[in-house]
Amino acid sequence: MSVGDLLQYLVTGLLVGGVYALMSIGLGLIFGVMRVVNFAQGDFMMLGMYLTYFLATGYGVDPLLGAVVIIPPFFLLGLGVHRALLVRVTGGGDPQRLMDAQLILTLGLSLIITNATTMLLTPMPRGIKTAYATQAFVVGPVLLNQARSYAFLMALLLAGAVYLFLTRTDLGKALRAAADEPEAAGYQGIDVRAMHGLAFGIGIALVAAAGGLLATYHPIEPTVAVNFIVLMFVAVVVGGLGSIPGAFAGGLMIGLVQSLTLLVLPFQLQNVGVFIAFLLVLYLRPQGLFGQRLRAV
Amino acid sequence: MVGARASRLAGLVPIGLVVLLGLVLTLVLGERHHHRILTLVFVWATMGLAWNIISGYAGQTSFGHQAFFGIGAYVTVLLVVGVRLTPWLGLIAGTLAAVVAAVLIGFPTFRLAGIYFALATLAYPLILRIVMDFLGYQEVAIPMVRDRPTLFMQFKDPRAYDVLALAALGGTLLLSHWIEGSRLGYALRALKENEAAAEAAGVDTFRAKMTAYMLSAAPAAVIGAIYAHAILFVVTPDAVFGTLVIVQTLVVCLVGGVGSKWGPVLGAAIMVPMSEILDATVGDRLPGIQGVVYGSALVLMILFAPEGIYWRLRAFRPSRAVDTPTESAPAAIMAGAAGRSPGAPGTALLDVRGVSKAFLGLHALEDVSFTVHAREILGVIGPNGAGKTTLFNVLNGFLSPDAGEVRYRDEPITGLRPNAICRRGVARTFQVVRTFPQLTVLENVLVGAFVHEPALAAARARALAALAAVGLRSRVDALPGGLTTLDLRLMELARALATGPDLILLDEPLAGLSRDGVDAMMALVRRVRDAGVSVVIIEHTMYAVVQLVDRLVVLDHGRRVAEGAPNDVVRDPAVIEAYLGNKWLGRVAGLPT
Repeated sequence: MSVGDLLQYLVTGLLVGGVYALMSIGLGLIFGVMRVVNFAQGDFMMLGMYLTYFLATGYGVDPLLGAVVIIPPFFLLGLGVHRALLVRVTGGGDPQRLMDAQLILTLGLSLIITNATTMLLTPMPRGIKTAYATQAFVVGPVLLNQARSYAFLMALLLAGAVYLFLTRTDLGKALRAAADEPEAAGYQGIDVRAMHGLAFGIGIALVAAAGGLLATYHPIEPTVAVNFIVLMFVAVVVGGLGSIPGAFAGGLMIGLVQSLTLLVLPFQLQNVGVFIAFLLVLYLRPQGLFGQRLRAV
Repeated sequence: MVGARASRLAGLVPIGLVVLLGLVLTLVLGERHHHRILTLVFVWATMGLAWNIISGYAGQTSFGHQAFFGIGAYVTVLLVVGVRLTPWLGLIAGTLAAVVAAVLIGFPTFRLAGIYFALATLAYPLILRIVMDFLGYQEVAIPMVRDRPTLFMQFKDPRAYDVLALAALGGTLLLSHWIEGSRLGYALRALKENEAAAEAAGVDTFRAKMTAYMLSAAPAAVIGAIYAHAILFVVTPDAVFGTLVIVQTLVVCLVGGVGSKWGPVLGAAIMVPMSEILDATVGDRLPGIQGVVYGSALVLMILFAPEGIYWRLRAFRPSRAVDTPTESAPAAIMAGAAGRSPGAPGTALLDVRGVSKAFLGLHALEDVSFTVHAREILGVIGPNGAGKTTLFNVLNGFLSPDAGEVRYRDEPITGLRPNAICRRGVARTFQVVRTFPQLTVLENVLVGAFVHEPALAAARARALAALAAVGLRSRVDALPGGLTTLDLRLMELARALATGPDLILLDEPLAGLSRDGVDAMMALVRRVRDAGVSVVIIEHTMYAVVQLVDRLVVLDHGRRVAEGAPNDVVRDPAVIEAYLGNKWLGRVAGLPT
């Protein structure tokens, strides 16, 4: 194996990892602020893929633009879902019971979204045809798929915007305060429930945008969530539950591990590397590579 | 204790009725499709019960229980395909394989708690699924054996599969029933509620979790193998390790109710026929209707009955009077019950030698040494942050010291787990009372009583005696949430006494009590000592300490600064000046010598 091959695998892994990173920070933000493990996160991603698809096929909106256009409606959807359902299972109470309730609720949502989509849109896989999906940039010995490169750049931009929002704006700081110390934040006049809604809205919008970017090179089908929700969990845990930079780094690492596993294991075993890395991190450093134990954002 | 046994046997009647109902349905139903639904109800009820053992009773939510379901199916079927081993024996091999897998998974994974454990369990079936694909077992068809169908679990009559799955369900119900009333069951419920308190009350939490995990893997494997023969015929990784298996399991448990053997049975009886009938009637036109119904059921449950149908129904039932024997022997629970002699007064019981403990460079304890004698009350005092509770945590095994040694009855106990130290005779209470909130007062104490009494009836008698000894007999059926601070502290003391200790560590037992409460608790502590149990007590209430204790140890900034008779120690000018403040100097001077 040449250095060029290794470089190619590294770069491919990094490009894919960028989109994983964007989808993971949505999950990480929701867990960090609300302490909710959202099993339906992958399904919102799938909905984002479909909306981007229909914008592209119906109105000719380029999916890279579509991924951004869908952010506001998905933010509102997230707010609505939080207001209608999530408020019932967050806040005070016995943590074990709350966790069970959240699990049931988000699992139920996931089942409804996946299967209702199947009923309405049929299980048939679809794809968005773009000029750049089959093109590649040539950089020295390395080929960069154009769709993946653009998706990677967009993912970085969006993640950067979230980071600036969380660190530079008053609202972002209030969000982090509500995540770190909900009680104290409440005494400071921060509406913790509203912050939960905000976090859920942003989390859903981000994962939908990641779905839109993914749609530039990945087939779109109702059951696509299953493959990605687990990767998101892995990324968030590896990076450190509740840490946003950790989730981002975790996503990048999943892409790299997936890609580099191909160097030593056959294609079918690609995700075994990911899961083994996941278990190793959990055994050896359950707070994640970047996280402190259960500190948020 | 005939009553306890009779009530346990009476608990078998509903199980018999459920099995009987299952048999009647098996005989009455005519259509093949209906038998398929019936078999599926039994299958998912059994799988739900299996999951309920580890995730319901023990509270260790597992998202990966289909690993065992799939192992049972694959091992059994591969043995048929490979060496023509009858599935009746293959089933046993599959079950053993699943139990071994549970041990291999449990050892690393039980080091994780809560959400970390749950997320880790996701990985195992995913890995198994990929590996099965890779090994070329994407589709393993069960070969037809026409000459000896019964030997190969291949029946023409669908009723045979009903009976087979029903037998598995009956067996798993019996297993669940046994767990619910056993020492293991109480240990699991205790560790679910408060793991640290369970350890301190003598529950080997790791072992209890492992046992529960193995016991929950076995029925999952059995029903996986039956499912392969009754429903699948062709085993695929997706069908047995896939997400739908765990979703189906979670749905029947969560809808029915988690933590009771009837929850999964109710959940399966409602959800499985509903989704199968929908699937059969409109499934062709609307693929996915099953999932929508399941999903809606889950969401509706959360909005209207988050605790599950079983618990919702049970809330309507008038509360049953628990049979509490009116007579018991309060004295019998004290020391000596474990076969140890309390030791003559004055002999050394606990020897603390040069113990140090630092947290990130902060010396919580520095070279602390002292001795606890048999049948004495030793007070530990010192200002806030002096290291008193850290000392207790080292003594009972929550923390291991950086240096030094703790010897109990001349044996080193440093490095032992808290439950092991408790079993040797060192019990403790906590500064903030740690209860098992969903267990009654009696059950809270029962957890401790099981340390020396493996049988329920004997442990129950012991727990009642401990409650009588602290004067809480009238509150045995209350939940801790309804108790006063004094009653909570008494309950915790009773739980400690029920473990049959020679030494009790009391962490601020008088905190938050009224004057009357303080007097009652102090009288009780003396009675405990008089019964032969040594007591080490951390206390802030100075007037109480001076009256109560035989000797005092004074800690400050992690160091032992004084030790001796209370009157000498409180008169020690250095102690008064530095640790009790100038105000005390004057007050002590006024006391008679």
